[in-house]
Amino acid sequence: MVGILGVKLGMTQVYTEDGKAWPVTVVEAGPCCVVQVKTLDKDGYDAVKLGFMEVKEKKLNKPVAGMFRKAGVKFFRLLKEYPAAGLNVGDFLTVERFAKGDIVSVSGVSKGKGFQGVMKRHHFSGGPGSHGSMFNRAPGSIGASSYPSRVWKNQKLPGHMGSERATVKNLEIVDVKAEQNILLIRGAVPGSKGSIIEIKKES
Amino acid sequence: MNLIGAVEEGFKKDIKAFNIGDTVRVSVKVVEGDKERIQPFDGVVIARHGDSTRETFTVRKISFGIGVERIFPLLSPSIEKIDVLKRGRVRRAKLYYLRGKKGKAAKIKEKERVFVEKSPAKQ
Repeated sequence: MVGILGVKLGMTQVYTEDGKAWPVTVVEAGPCCVVQVKTLDKDGYDAVKLGFMEVKEKKLNKPVAGMFRKAGVKFFRLLKEYPAAGLNVGDFLTVERFAKGDIVSVSGVSKGKGFQGVMKRHHFSGGPGSHGSMFNRAPGSIGASSYPSRVWKNQKLPGHMGSERATVKNLEIVDVKAEQNILLIRGAVPGSKGSIIEIKKES
Repeated sequence: MNLIGAVEEGFKKDIKAFNIGDTVRVSVKVVEGDKERIQPFDGVVIARHGDSTRETFTVRKISFGIGVERIFPLLSPSIEKIDVLKRGRVRRAKLYYLRGKKGKAAKIKEKERVFVEKSPAKQ
């Protein structure tokens, strides 16, 4: 399934006909241009490469600009490849691929949280806050003693949190505004305002 | 951000101006089974929150001796209309102090109506 790239603009709320307020994320998505079609014969696998966000040629380095020039399409800042066939170079994918009520999954880079402890990062329960307790937000025991005499791999510990690829599945498309390239997606999606996200139809 | 504003613009509707301290009648659509009827909710507007499509207002009334407050989204489709019954004169943006008052102390003075006579154009 070919997805579409977009920019998260922010959140607001809309009302349904029966008077409910739904939280929605406003996303400016597409149009994405097909800049290359890979085929089984030539490249060993079927795929399409999409370009998003037009830029001036001088903003790109020569090899990348050359690729766009060869394809005879405009210049784009972002490229993304999807396994798919049946599209031609120069085709545009717009928000019209989506309809009201479609279920989508949205991927992006989550907001960075910096170096965080185990309570925030791994949802440890922590200790009592008062009554003389001195065990508040510490991780506690991280393993046994004589065996294995070391800490197991993947032990949940404090560290950097966020700024990693995250996907939210089963979000509903509330509205499609084709003339402004806008999608309204019910609920929150990863990333801060202005971050690049990827929207895929759930199959 | 202006694209978000454009999204919100589509939900705006014409609402008669009312202020904090006004006594209003909110006509709320109530769905019972497959029938729909209008239920009025009369009371004093004690707060307005938020802006744009997210704005809400709080209406307080005394029902059978019990204080009842209801928070309505201003642009909710389930609000048929909002009528202003009385204009109140208040000096606060949030009238939460009314919660602790009873009887006459919880009364809001009505705004004096000012009739502006058109002054004849100066010569």
